[in-house]
Order: sequence, then C-alpha cells, then structure tokens
Amino acid sequence: MSSIIEAFKNNIRQYSMLIALIAIMLFFQVLTGGILLKPLNITNLVLQNSYILIMAIGMLLVIVAGHIDLSVGSIVAFIGATSAVMMVNLHINVGVTIVACLLLGALIGAWQGFWVAYIKIPSFIVTLAGMLVFRGLTLVMLQGASVGPFPKAFQKISSGFIPDFFGGKDVHITTMVIAVCFLLAIVFVELRSRSKKMALGFAVSPKPVLIFKLLGISAAVLYLCSLLASYKGLPNVLVVLFSLTVLYAFITTQTVTGRRIFALGGNEQAAKLSGVKTRRLTLLTFANLGLLSALAGLVFAARLNVATPKAGTSFELDVIAACFIGGASASGGVGTVIGALIGALVMGVMNNGMSIMGIGIDWQQAIKGMVLLFAVFFDVYNKSKN
Amino acid sequence: MSDFILSMCGITKTFPGVKALDNVSLDVRQGEIHALVGENGAGKSTLMKVLSGIYPHGDYSGEITYQGNECRFREISDSEKAGIVIIHQELALIPYLSIAENIFLGNEQQRGGVIDWLLTYSKAQELLDMVGLDESPGARVTDIGVGKQQLVEIAKALSKKVQLLILDEPTATLNEQDSEKLLKLLLEFKKQGISSILISHKLNEVEQVADSITILRDGAAIETLDCRSGEINEEHIIRGMVGRDLTHRFPERDAHIGEVVLEIRDWTVNHPLHEGRKVVEDVNMTLRKGEVLGIAGLMGSGRTELAMSVFGRSYGVHAAGKVFINGEEADVSTVSKAIGHGVAYVTEDRKTYGLLLDQTIKENITLANLEEVASRHVIDQNQEVLCSSSFVDQFNIKCSGILQKALNLSGGNQQKVVLSKWLFADPDILILDEPTRGIDVGAKYEIYTIINQLVEEGKAVIVISSELPEILGLCDRIYVMSEGRITGELNAAEASQEEIMRHIL
Repeated sequence: MSSIIEAFKNNIRQYSMLIALIAIMLFFQVLTGGILLKPLNITNLVLQNSYILIMAIGMLLVIVAGHIDLSVGSIVAFIGATSAVMMVNLHINVGVTIVACLLLGALIGAWQGFWVAYIKIPSFIVTLAGMLVFRGLTLVMLQGASVGPFPKAFQKISSGFIPDFFGGKDVHITTMVIAVCFLLAIVFVELRSRSKKMALGFAVSPKPVLIFKLLGISAAVLYLCSLLASYKGLPNVLVVLFSLTVLYAFITTQTVTGRRIFALGGNEQAAKLSGVKTRRLTLLTFANLGLLSALAGLVFAARLNVATPKAGTSFELDVIAACFIGGASASGGVGTVIGALIGALVMGVMNNGMSIMGIGIDWQQAIKGMVLLFAVFFDVYNKSKN
Repeated sequence: MSDFILSMCGITKTFPGVKALDNVSLDVRQGEIHALVGENGAGKSTLMKVLSGIYPHGDYSGEITYQGNECRFREISDSEKAGIVIIHQELALIPYLSIAENIFLGNEQQRGGVIDWLLTYSKAQELLDMVGLDESPGARVTDIGVGKQQLVEIAKALSKKVQLLILDEPTATLNEQDSEKLLKLLLEFKKQGISSILISHKLNEVEQVADSITILRDGAAIETLDCRSGEINEEHIIRGMVGRDLTHRFPERDAHIGEVVLEIRDWTVNHPLHEGRKVVEDVNMTLRKGEVLGIAGLMGSGRTELAMSVFGRSYGVHAAGKVFINGEEADVSTVSKAIGHGVAYVTEDRKTYGLLLDQTIKENITLANLEEVASRHVIDQNQEVLCSSSFVDQFNIKCSGILQKALNLSGGNQQKVVLSKWLFADPDILILDEPTRGIDVGAKYEIYTIINQLVEEGKAVIVISSELPEILGLCDRIYVMSEGRITGELNAAEASQEEIMRHIL
C-alpha cells in the first residue's frame, strides 16, 4: 500500500502544472457562476487561444534549444496580410494561398535561424529586428488598412466544425466516436508499453495507479468532448491543434532529433563534440517556429475574417510566458510540449474567466504578470529543494 | 626583526577528501626572488591562495608572519592592504576598459565618487614608465598583446604599493622576448627592495633569477635550496619535483601491439583568433592497434589543441596536414565524420565540453550514438535503459539510478559517464584528455583498468596527461609536446620522468 501512495506522490509532482490548471478552472467555474464550462464557452476558449497554443509548441522547441523568438506576433500579422492580399486582392485559390503562406513562414523562420546559428548573433537581437521588420512589412503590404473579408472556405479553418457523419440531432455523434477511439488508443499504448517493460524486468507503476490514471484521462476527455458534442462538435482548429500536440510531443520525447534539441540547449559545446550538428538543428527549430507562426497567422486571420496591421500584437509575450509557466528553463535544455500547452491554457482560462467576470484588461495584465512570476518562482523553489 | 619578509609556518589546507597542503613552511627573505616549483597539482597555487587571503584565515591551519606581524587575512583586499599582490596565470583585466581604468580598478582616483581623470592618467603614465610599457594609458587592454597585459597587471600591483609580488606562471603564455623583459623587471624590483615569489615550470628562468627555490610535491614542501651558496643542479630540482613511489598505482597489462591504425602527418593548426599564430606545428604521430600512447607536456603546449583539431576540427583553424586511418586518408573535418571513422575524444573539461549536466545519466550515455538505440529515428526507450544500465553496472558508476542528473555525481563518476558515452559509440581510436583530472586515487585506478580492457579488446588509446607518473605507468610509448611541437618520442619502458621533463623544458 505504501508503494502505491509513493507512486501517487511521484505522479502528483509530475502533474503539478495540470493540477494547477484544473484548480484555476474550478476557481473560475465557481466565480463565473458556471459559465466557464458551458459548451459554448469551452468552444470559444479553444478558438480564442488556438493560435497561442500552436505557437507555444514551436516556441517551446526554440526555448529548449536555448534561444528565444520575439518576432512571432509580427509573423502572425505578416502572414495574415499576405494571405489577405493573395486571396482578397489577387483572387488566388485558398489551397494555394495556405501552402504558400506556410512555406513563407518557414522561410522567415529559417532566415532568422540563419543569423542566430551561423552568424552567431544572439536570438534576442535577431528576432527583435524581425519583430520590427515584419510589423513594418505588414503595414507596407496592407497600406495601413484592413483587408477582408475572406472566402468562405478559408473562414472554415477557424469557425468550422467537423461534420457529423452520423447525423445526430442534439449530440454530435462523430465527436463522441472520435473521443472513444482516442481513449481506446491511449489504453492500448499504455498497456503495450507496460507489458514490454514487464517483459524486460523493469519497474512499472502499480496497477491501481495505472487504472486511476487511465480513468482520470477518460473522465476528462469524455467530459470535455460531451460538452463540445452538445454544442456543434469538434472545431476544426481543435483537430489541427490536437494533431500537432501528438506529433510534437512524440518528436520531443521519442525521436533522435528531439533528443538532440535538448542536448543542444543543455550544453551546446558538449552536443557539438558528440557529433550533433548544432547549427543546422538551431536553424531547424527557428524554421519550425516560423511555420507554426504562419499557421497561427492563418487561423487568426480566418477567425477575425480580416487582416489588420495590428494583428498579433504582443502575442510573442503570451507565447513565451506560456512556455515558462509550463516549466521550460530560460537557459535551455528543459521543457515539455504538454507543459507549454498547459501554460498557454492557464493564461487562456484566466483571460476568459476574468473577461466573463468583467475585470478590465488593465487588471488582467497585472494579474497575468504576477502569475507568470509566481509560476516560475514555484518551479525554481521546487528545484532548489531537490 | 628577522630578515624574512614572510614566514609561512606549518600550513595545512584540506579540501573534502584531499589534503592539498600538508604542513608546508615557506620563508621569503626581504628583497629576494623566491621561486616555487612543482608539478601541476603539487599545491603551489593553493599555497599562494592561502597567503593572499582567497582562502580566509580559519580555512587552513598554520601561521603566517608578514613583516614581523602575524597575519589573519580574511579576504584578498586584506592582503593587498598589507602590500601582498598576486598576479594570476589567468589575467584579471577587463578587456574593453583602458589601461589606466584597469590599473585603478577598485582603487579609483576619485573625489566624492567622481573620477579625477587627469590624476588617473598621469599616475598611470608614471606606473607604465616604471614597468617600461610603451603604450598610452588610454589604450584598451584588448588591443595590446598578452605580454603587455602582463605588464599592466604588474603596474596595477605597483599602484597598490606592493611589498611582496606573487606571480603565478607569468611567462607561460609569453614568447621568449617578453619573458626576458619580465624577468629583467623582477630583478629591477629586487634592487628597489620589492620581494617576489615566482611560480614557474621553466627551470631555466628560475635558475636565471631566483635567490631561493622551494620545491613542492603532493602538497608538501620537499626542500628549499639557497642559490647564493653556489650552483644549483637542475637534475636535483627535477628529482625533487617528481620523485615518488610508483609501485601498485597502475594495473598490470601485457601489451599486444599491432599495425598502425592512426597516422597524423605534418599537422599544423592556427589559433582560432590570432591569424598566423601556430598552436600546433608540423606534428607527425602514429598510433598502433592495442597501444596506449601518451602525450606529455604542460598545459598550453598544444596537446589538447592537437587532439581537438584532429577530432572534427573542433579547435582552431586547420592549416596543413593529413590524417590516415588504417592506412587510408580519412576525412575528419566534422565531428560526425570523425566519429564515423571510429574516433572518439573524451574532453579534459567534462563539465564544459563533456556532460549535459541538467540531464540524466541515460541521456548522457546515449548522446553520441543515438542511432544505436533508435529505429527509423524513433528512440526505443527500453533499449536505451538497458544499454545505459549495462554501463552503470560495468563501470560501477555510483548513482541512485540511470535517471539521476549528471550534475549530482562525483567527479570520478561523471568521468565514467563521459567514458561510457564514448564507449557506447564503439570507437577504434579513443583520445582521452586528462582522464583522471580532479578525481580520487581509487577512481583513477578504475579508469586505468578500463583503459587496459579497451586496448586488450584491440582498440587504440591516446592518453594526454600532465601527470608524468600516470603517463609512465600507463603508456607504451610517449610523445612529448612543447610549444606546439613534438619535442621527443620515448619508449615508456626506458623513459624516466626526468627525461620527459628535459624534453618539456
């Protein structure tokens, strides 16, 4: 029994950020009189924060590699403007525009990565320059005006929901089917990994812990999906976001490239002397963030249904804050994709909750700032105690 | 009043697990140049840190009497007030400040917090004249050469009304001419009544200027020679420096030496910043299968630079030379190509260049050869655990488990993790740079045993070391490097420490 309690304790430490998020959600659920977890609001929460979440994934890799990118907000605006000019002014096909914009984003990231990795200019300076350059180019491209509206097909990126193949009336059945399939996949992966470990004679977490964990995940997923299903089902953005999360969580924890990014951020010299191509890898992380910023730019433009010169202002701060709240280390080498996403959700839920409560944007900023400081303090304090 | 300016009596200083100084006494006469000689790690620098208050009173046992009074320096400013100034091997100048600003750093010529620049520059000029440095006091330190920087340090010392000047290997980074100038300056100071303690490896310099020589070995003062009473014998000094018992510190091994696996031809490397300054010059070297090859030499003699430049050009600018592996010319221009040719380099500075300190033992061990535990780019975590655990068991790495962070391991165990990393990459040629630096005797023996196992498996090992007994006890053949060149090749069975020393100096 004591071993089970011990295992619980270890797991709780691991999931402290998640627990904090749940606590914050419950806190606002009570303060907003139950509005926070209403189906419509949950859908809104996802849509409002999707671009921050998408960029947090890319930013996490850059921060783990030991750098920072201040230009992502400007890239969001620049890509939004580019897409607007292409589709609205030049009447280029939606699919072509999306692909071109994503490539452009990757190219911008690679350009900044080049200065950081090969010319050895600190990323803070390179991306500060990028922040100004791309904000400026956005103004040039839009000539100071807003451009819109977008074609219907493009708007669907942000405002669309996956179709219900089963034609449910009150409940979006496809959403529930996807949720159940997802849960079955998780159970399968967990059990297979456990049996592999047992076959090799490794220690595994005791059965009650595993069952508790799986039940917890199932309850959370089913609850959230049923909320969404009772409104319009899964938003398209959420599907994209979810796919990205799985993909990048896999890359960072399970692949050679992911591991090398952590090595690069942990000790660049040692990584280099171990045969890691540090410069190429640094460039890659920036290009990747550029790509994801472009995606966020498209999602954001589609959501507003207009490209404005002011789009994405101060997004970089929210994205960076999300990574640090989620446990990434400012000196590199430490951080998780899931942590960054939880960090972004903490910020998102607070924004949303405080807005519903009618707290002004002024106080929201101040409170968010203090949360960032305390989250990192908590992390530092925990580490020093170990 | 005695004619000694300084008497250090019965100084003992211990670090956790190591006795760095054991009952050392040192007497320096008024107005003499007193040389302090000994191998790396003999305790010279530690003794000087005790004297200058870097290790505060109470941190060591023993007594220091300076100018007739017992001294209890609590920090370096205390000893400076008394007129004792130490100039470290690594110069402590701020590169982007001017010479004058550096001289008066911490001792600014000021009135109510406002710097009097006129006074600063005129005083600085006076001091520069005294040390014979022909530079404007306004020149930036970064723009003048190392030799001149050394003189700025001395001018700084003079500005503090120095009575006893301590120089820690002042000529190690200087060329012949600058060294000569510096030594003359010391003799000049002597005439003015300033006493000096000179730490140096260069015995010819010591002979040239010293009035007394104290030999340190393994934290103990072996003897003090008085040079005024006649010729001193270099052999005598060397024997004092190195003489120690060599039995049973190295595991036995039967050498089975095969064909040449690595050949370095006409290898020349330039300094990464100073164009045209050769750090490694015309080095030719061979390494055979099953052989442990030693490279002896002082720090800065080009040993590490040679090894790192061969390992994927990780140091300096490649100027000339080729590398042959198993008789064929090999492209080792990047680290991954070098690893691909079966070469591994274990750095001398494991914390800066070897370990991911904040990451686990497991992640450190597999880093150089992740493909081995991955299929199609995806890491098999279970396989990784098995591989790293087997190294932990095999090398007896003391840890709570493979998920412990490298940061929390002792030096010896960290070294074993770095070794494991490279053995996991399965190299044929292993270059070990100071493999036993900063680790205790027991762990050293274990490292030696691992090296012996490796050559018995048919690998070839190069050991770079400043410790001559280690080189002699471990290696089959020895190259001696000095100032970027190979100055001798010796058969270990016939070599002696004295002979190696002669090639070094």
